[in-house]
Amino acid sequence: MKLRLFSAACLLAVLSVPSLADDVTVVSWGGAYQDSVRKAFFEPFMKEAGDKVVEEEFNGEIAKVRAMVESGNVTWDVVENDSMTTLAACAEGIVEKIDWDKLGLKRDDFISADASECVVPSILYSTVLAYDTSKVKEAPTSIAAFYDLEKYPGKRGLQKSPFINLEWALIADGVDVKDVYNVLSTPEGVDRAFAKLDTIKKDVVWWEAGAQPPQLLADGQVVLTSAWNGRIYKAVHEDKKPFAVLWDHQALDWQGWNVVKGSKHRDTAYKFIAFAGRADRQADQTNYISYGPGNKNAIANTNPKITPDLPTNPDNMKTGFIVNAKFWGDNLDALRERFNVWVAQ
Amino acid sequence: MTETVATAPGLPWQFAAAERRGHLRAAVLILPLLLFVVVTFAAPVIYLLSRAIYDPSVAQTLPTTLQALQNWDGKDLPDEATYAALVADFKKVAETNSAALVGKRLNYEISGVRSKVIAAANKATEMTAPPYKDQLIALDKMWGDRLIWAKIKQAGRSYTDFYLLRSLDLERNVDNNIVPVAKSQAVYINVLLRTFYISALVTLITLALAYPVAFMLAHAPERLANLLLIFILVPFWTSLLVRTTAWFVLLQDNGPVNNLIQFLHLSDGPFKLIFSRFGTVTAMVHIQLPFTLLPIYGVMKGISPSYMRAARSLGGGPLYSFFRVYLPLTLPGIGAGCLLTFILCLGYYITPALVGGASDQMVSGVIASAMNQENNWGKASALSLILLFATFVLFFIYNRIVGIDKVKLG
Amino acid sequence: MLKPAPYAMPIEKALFYGGWIFTALVLLFLIAPILAIVPLSFNAEPYFTYPMPGLSLRWYEDFFGNERWTGALFLSIKLAITVTIVSTALGTMAALGLSRAHLPARSVILGILLLPMIVPVIVVAVAVFMSFGYFGLIGTFTGLALAHTALATPFVVIAVTSTLTNFDWSLQRAAQGLGAAPVTVFRRVILPLILPGVISGALFAFVTSFDEVVVALFLSSAEQRTLPKQMFSGIREMISPTITAAATVQVILSICLLIGVELLRRRSERLRGIT
Repeated sequence: MKLRLFSAACLLAVLSVPSLADDVTVVSWGGAYQDSVRKAFFEPFMKEAGDKVVEEEFNGEIAKVRAMVESGNVTWDVVENDSMTTLAACAEGIVEKIDWDKLGLKRDDFISADASECVVPSILYSTVLAYDTSKVKEAPTSIAAFYDLEKYPGKRGLQKSPFINLEWALIADGVDVKDVYNVLSTPEGVDRAFAKLDTIKKDVVWWEAGAQPPQLLADGQVVLTSAWNGRIYKAVHEDKKPFAVLWDHQALDWQGWNVVKGSKHRDTAYKFIAFAGRADRQADQTNYISYGPGNKNAIANTNPKITPDLPTNPDNMKTGFIVNAKFWGDNLDALRERFNVWVAQ
Repeated sequence: MTETVATAPGLPWQFAAAERRGHLRAAVLILPLLLFVVVTFAAPVIYLLSRAIYDPSVAQTLPTTLQALQNWDGKDLPDEATYAALVADFKKVAETNSAALVGKRLNYEISGVRSKVIAAANKATEMTAPPYKDQLIALDKMWGDRLIWAKIKQAGRSYTDFYLLRSLDLERNVDNNIVPVAKSQAVYINVLLRTFYISALVTLITLALAYPVAFMLAHAPERLANLLLIFILVPFWTSLLVRTTAWFVLLQDNGPVNNLIQFLHLSDGPFKLIFSRFGTVTAMVHIQLPFTLLPIYGVMKGISPSYMRAARSLGGGPLYSFFRVYLPLTLPGIGAGCLLTFILCLGYYITPALVGGASDQMVSGVIASAMNQENNWGKASALSLILLFATFVLFFIYNRIVGIDKVKLG
Repeated sequence: MLKPAPYAMPIEKALFYGGWIFTALVLLFLIAPILAIVPLSFNAEPYFTYPMPGLSLRWYEDFFGNERWTGALFLSIKLAITVTIVSTALGTMAALGLSRAHLPARSVILGILLLPMIVPVIVVAVAVFMSFGYFGLIGTFTGLALAHTALATPFVVIAVTSTLTNFDWSLQRAAQGLGAAPVTVFRRVILPLILPGVISGALFAFVTSFDEVVVALFLSSAEQRTLPKQMFSGIREMISPTITAAATVQVILSICLLIGVELLRRRSERLRGIT
């Protein structure tokens, strides 16, 4: 009986794995972003290459990839991970080192491609301060507005994570953007950041999913919020919301394509990434969402209507900084614990 | 009777055979489900729990280092041979992810060592001649601190108490003694206490609401009681997620409850109801109320009215009769309803996640984020073990009082 | 009809009327939230506010016209039916086995069979997530169905067991003595008597799977998106009044199931002579 159950389970296991060699399962971030990925990459790829893309979406739960790799039953082939997750996943060996020769793309063409051996960068996105122009008397000019309860009374939305909040706290407290990670590497620096966050703690609404900040603004639950710039762009241009973005000290981060270790469709996975990394494809993605392309050659061909809203636009970059993925790879465990203690007090 | 049986040869044997056949038939009927539950349910849970105490990542990657550390007294730095062993171990696992897993494991103990361990493992391939000790310390001064070696030795035990200790805000220090973790990192005792506190609060509120209602219904005419029971059974049969959704909608800043408050001119601005402790407890009380109420109602229905009449005719005042006669008779119902609600509350995840704020997350929510956000399976397993232990202890008591198969289904 | 006892003192009368007012308020608290979201699902505006500016079916159009929601609905129904069939078969058999008197280790076996009802669902979800991967079951229909079946069987076992208490086993022996084959005995004698329990167990199994969200959050993939999972992400990510339409659909379904179970319970009690 046990044996039969076991063999039945094995049979099911075999049946449930897609067996066609030209199916590739690609995982991205859902919502408005997934729409842009579908239009710029999935659909044209299926038309051009004849292979089928099976779409998946997630919220950065790398545990699923780990569960697949550990158990040897890999059903995802390509995953689009953010910088921190890429670094951790690459070190843990649950995603592959990219074989650039096999890919047929030039690594030098990509912004931040040298940050990890496992990634083909897809976009640069930015965490910015966003606000509702119809509700704010005077447009904020600096990230310090988060901490200015007199000028901007009411709730403010922040991501429920130490990530970027600690950097912004230090910047608002007067630390120069160049020194942020040096200061944050010391215990005193961390204390200082938390002390600054303390001053607004009772006025913060914490968000967890990228779709929440525009919703919080639309519902009037917050006056200011941190948000991913592409989500605000979509709310402004498609849903006609009176929102605006402040580029001051925008926190830039890259994300990109990873190949899952043990992918059963490795060749098709590479074929897909090679396609999605092409400059013309990446330029096309800017027609649907306002994130900066990872391929430098795509920048010249981005949609001119969207260019002013791209985080990579030099006008927007003046005070911006790139999130230090190595710092966070090392310190996230401890800082997250401390953050969780702090947030629950 | 026994004598008749004894004088009829073969009959006892026939009884025994019939009994055996009966057992066999019962076994054949039960076995499929038993196997199913063991394979699809019990085995996964045991596997999960095993990960709370079993983590071989360091032991598998650094076997010679750990051997060398066995005789280390822990007072000064280890000898050159130990450093050489570490380099040799790192060389053996070059081109694999093993060193990264060691780094990840040690990073749980000492924040910030992950990349240093990985860097050392990468550099080790270039180290060809001694002194390895000096080379490693030159690479990073961390290797010249006995802390990292103490942690390697501790983490080298495949069966580890690390995750369980951490779940109780404890850790082993450099001398291998169990000490509390730094205050700023102590999160889990608070989560556990909060889980118990919210569960107890919800249980008490449901009891306070349920007891009078059950009393009135139990003593109302049958038809009326059956009609009113619908008000309890409809929510009982509506899914937890739907009811949570209902509260999520009702408690919005510009939702119906705040509408009503403003309509009645009770307050100018909206009350902060959603993402708060108040919202969490209200929604949980709403969901749990039928679970507390129905067992009490069931017990009350079974109490003969003649008890109270007898107490009254013997001269007991209404309150005296109630507290001395009626209340004790309903204690089994109170115990069953409250225990069930308390146990179910301990495992709440969806409701606090959707209507609760950052300071209302219960232990289930922390387990979920240990899995999804932190990718720390050891921590998720250890917290699961603690949650499961608490649940089992309470269910053991419940089983003693009520009997597990007597759970009322409505 | 609703009067305090004739010997009641004034304080008792006060308590009596106070008790009914309290009961009315508590019952209102129980039912109002569920009823309040039903009208909101017909709101013409995308807000959760009363009074509503107008009525419309737009959220139902969104629900039934959107492939994400209908796909999730159909998947949930398909899943719940699969779970119901398997768990009812397994659970009924086990309950029949367990009903034999003097079965050795009965309470231990029963304890194991009822475990899935006791273990907090987050623990179940994480456990199956960690181990189902070894069989390629993550993100598959089969994986979800197996996990949900394990969660549902205790309810079938309990429901069937409760109709088997006071079951007169001499009926079975009589049928056997008259020469009926075991299968015939089951089909013609036992099944009709325990049928109410089997069906109400089946309904519980259906609801268990249909409402389950935590295991689905961990196990299911984008293609295996159940209705509760879709609702959960609907609340988390894009708060639209479509969730009120989805909730209303589920409330109606629950009420139908409740009526079914109530009718069965009454029939069963009649059949077994309990009134």
